[in-house]
Amino acid sequence: MAGAIDLKDIFFVEAEELLSALEEGLRAIQTGAQEADTVNAVFRAVHSIKGGAGAFDLKPLVNFAHRFETVLDALRGGQLQPEPALLGALLHASDHLADMIGASRNGSETDPELDERVILALEAQAGMGGHKEEEAFVFEPLALDGPFGMDLSALPLASLQRKVVLTFRPHSGAFASGHDPAFLLRDLCGTDEVEIELDQTALPAPGGFDPGQSYLGWTITLQTERSDRELLAVFDFIEGNCDLHLEAEMETPPDPDGTLPEPNRAPSPVVTASAPVTPPPKPVAAPKAPDAPAATSPQPAASASAASTGPRPTIRVDIDRVDRLVDILGELVIHQAMLTEAIEQSPGFGSVEVDRSLDQLRQLSRQIQESVMAIRAQPVKPLFDRMHRIVREASMAAGKSARLVTEGENTEVDKTIIERLADPLTHMIRNSVDHGLEKPARRDEIGKPTEGVVKLSAAHRSGRIVITVQDDGGGIDRDKVRQIAIEKGLVPPNAELSPQEIDALLFLPGFSTATEVSALSGRGVGMDVVRSEIAGLGGRVGIASVRGQGTTLTISLPLTLAVLDGMVFEAAGQTLVLPVSTIIETLRPDIMMRHTLGRTDSVLDVRGRCLPLIDVGAALGFRRTLKPGEGEIVVVVERGDDGAIALMVDGIRDQRQVVIKGLEANYGQIPGIAAATVLGDGSVALIVDPSDLEAIGPNPPRPNVFLAAE
Amino acid sequence: MRSSGFATDPDIRELVAFRTAGQDFCIDILSVREIRGWSRPALLPHAPSYVQGVINLRGAVVPILDLAGRLGLEPIEDKDRNVIIVAAIQNRTVGLLVEAVTDILGVPASGIQPTPDLASEATRSMLRGVVVQDSRLIRLLDVAQLLPPADDAAA
Repeated sequence: MAGAIDLKDIFFVEAEELLSALEEGLRAIQTGAQEADTVNAVFRAVHSIKGGAGAFDLKPLVNFAHRFETVLDALRGGQLQPEPALLGALLHASDHLADMIGASRNGSETDPELDERVILALEAQAGMGGHKEEEAFVFEPLALDGPFGMDLSALPLASLQRKVVLTFRPHSGAFASGHDPAFLLRDLCGTDEVEIELDQTALPAPGGFDPGQSYLGWTITLQTERSDRELLAVFDFIEGNCDLHLEAEMETPPDPDGTLPEPNRAPSPVVTASAPVTPPPKPVAAPKAPDAPAATSPQPAASASAASTGPRPTIRVDIDRVDRLVDILGELVIHQAMLTEAIEQSPGFGSVEVDRSLDQLRQLSRQIQESVMAIRAQPVKPLFDRMHRIVREASMAAGKSARLVTEGENTEVDKTIIERLADPLTHMIRNSVDHGLEKPARRDEIGKPTEGVVKLSAAHRSGRIVITVQDDGGGIDRDKVRQIAIEKGLVPPNAELSPQEIDALLFLPGFSTATEVSALSGRGVGMDVVRSEIAGLGGRVGIASVRGQGTTLTISLPLTLAVLDGMVFEAAGQTLVLPVSTIIETLRPDIMMRHTLGRTDSVLDVRGRCLPLIDVGAALGFRRTLKPGEGEIVVVVERGDDGAIALMVDGIRDQRQVVIKGLEANYGQIPGIAAATVLGDGSVALIVDPSDLEAIGPNPPRPNVFLAAE
Repeated sequence: MRSSGFATDPDIRELVAFRTAGQDFCIDILSVREIRGWSRPALLPHAPSYVQGVINLRGAVVPILDLAGRLGLEPIEDKDRNVIIVAAIQNRTVGLLVEAVTDILGVPASGIQPTPDLASEATRSMLRGVVVQDSRLIRLLDVAQLLPPADDAAA
């Protein structure tokens, strides 16, 4: 049964993709896309889910998908118009379908009554009361152990019986992906009168038999009233993995749906579903080697109907394997650094050959890294797509009207980051809808459109990825925030707080401004969890708000969690690393450029621009602040949004790639430190997070996690 | 090698005994991952004085605690001659800097006595009990108490 379990996994993975295609399609229709392609893609997604579910005998899912499909079919056929109300119901049904698939994946089922309610609501909206029930479940017979075929004789015999000749020859790859021709044939036959002829001419001599190869082909002659499309649909899942050729004796009966792009439908009765052109069916003739066409076989022609998902050859790889590769790569980088260091100290150093080889090695390992990172990099689109549903649900629950607008969905980010972003992002979006947007009545009052907009965007900015969640709501009510913080004892009543400081209060544990606790948020475990989760990814969360115009939350994240280009430097006898991506310039200041502000603070005048000057060694608590003039080298780094700060260091040692090792697992977060790395000599160096460094100064305002219980 | 009867007797606990700040301590052998020599750690900013820093343990970054300092005793001076007991504590890996590992003890449960009331609260909270062996008093550490509870807020 292990094989069946694997197949089921594949079904769920594919179902997920189909679901997102479904939702995307529905949204496209919602925004006015009227192309037949879009509707077809939506229909096809549900159809494929139904087919897959049928194969695993997931009856409630098949039933639901079937009725869903019926409505979509009407939409496709033009009997229904994409009214907003209908689209709402369709989206709701698609959400519920996702829930059902999720439940099946976990081996459970959703409440059948709820299933029924959702689909009935959709059917009511579509103006159909299940009167199409008696229509055959084309896919029902696919069930591995289910009853074969529906009683087609129950249908009126008005349509014409006709003779169809199908030749079917699976490729070797078909077996590898778990197809069994026996099931397909059984399914194809249904209740029709059938003659099947086996073509075994390709069978090798007994000695040369390879069980993994495909040697057999079949010619099936049917007396049927089903349309070509229905017949070919049986082979939907093996498409591209077989040669399939259909020849009808007479014209296919008028197909009400007309999904399949069949340019030559008219007089010529030949429809070839798989791209390789096979010779006309000659069962007696020795066909070509069965696996030969597989090599050259292009993508299945029928995928043209889902043209939006551009067909590019891809493979599915277990993420653990890629992670393993990343780990090994990390070791490679460390050992390469060790080797370089060892050679530099050996007598052989300085020879051109050694130098060149080392250089080559460095380049190669960098190339490997880039390639591996490219494997891990994924567009944020699937993540963003999921958020549409969050907005829908959150706005419904909060009695608000909201729309999600996404931008930069093709921005690529490390897969691990994407996965771990889902929860915080969900929370932020819910917050925006729940707390950010005003109620429709209020919006109307102040002249805003009743529908609120939450904008979610992603972009690459100077070696980091920046994700923003922006709402056009009321903005942060700072007086209220301040008052609540005082009530909850988070700040002393007489505290003087700047607007930024008040905004930052939202991230404090136990803070929640919602006066009434809603089901969505307002439990007081909100933004502080978001912040710690983002910090766990080496990122930061920022908040900005304009009263009456909305709030913007900004997440800034590293591109990858594995490797970064670092500048190795020394401060107070410690070896530390700065991310090169943050460095603007390095300079050797003269004493005239330094000015003291107050008792201890100093600024550096860099070409007329005054930058805060921070001694890294002192900021990290390794030594007392230096007196003016003692600093050796200054590195100007950019921090967060726009500004820059000057960091005083004792010496710059090297620039190299470093492997990022988290500190959280065994220790905890340290303000000013992003992570650690292992240097060429096997020692640990901390990676400084310059944007955090500025805030801490010699006395850290926050204790680290490790000491939290002291 | 010990006899199998000894090792599998459920009543016998095996403990790693070590010395630091002139006192004998022990921890359960099951929490010990390895024992290694001193190597210079990278300092951690704003860490309490007993946190020596972090070292590279085959690719993992592991913090080193001076156990004596953690227990409020005289911190270790001559680090080069001392050893680090790498212990797994609540899913974290932590190195404990001690003076020397002295013994591996097999102690029946009845041989572990409750901590005497005399000990200060801070010390007692980190002890599970004491073992008296060969007229030595060996303090059984509650390793979980050496670290504060892991931050569950993010989980």
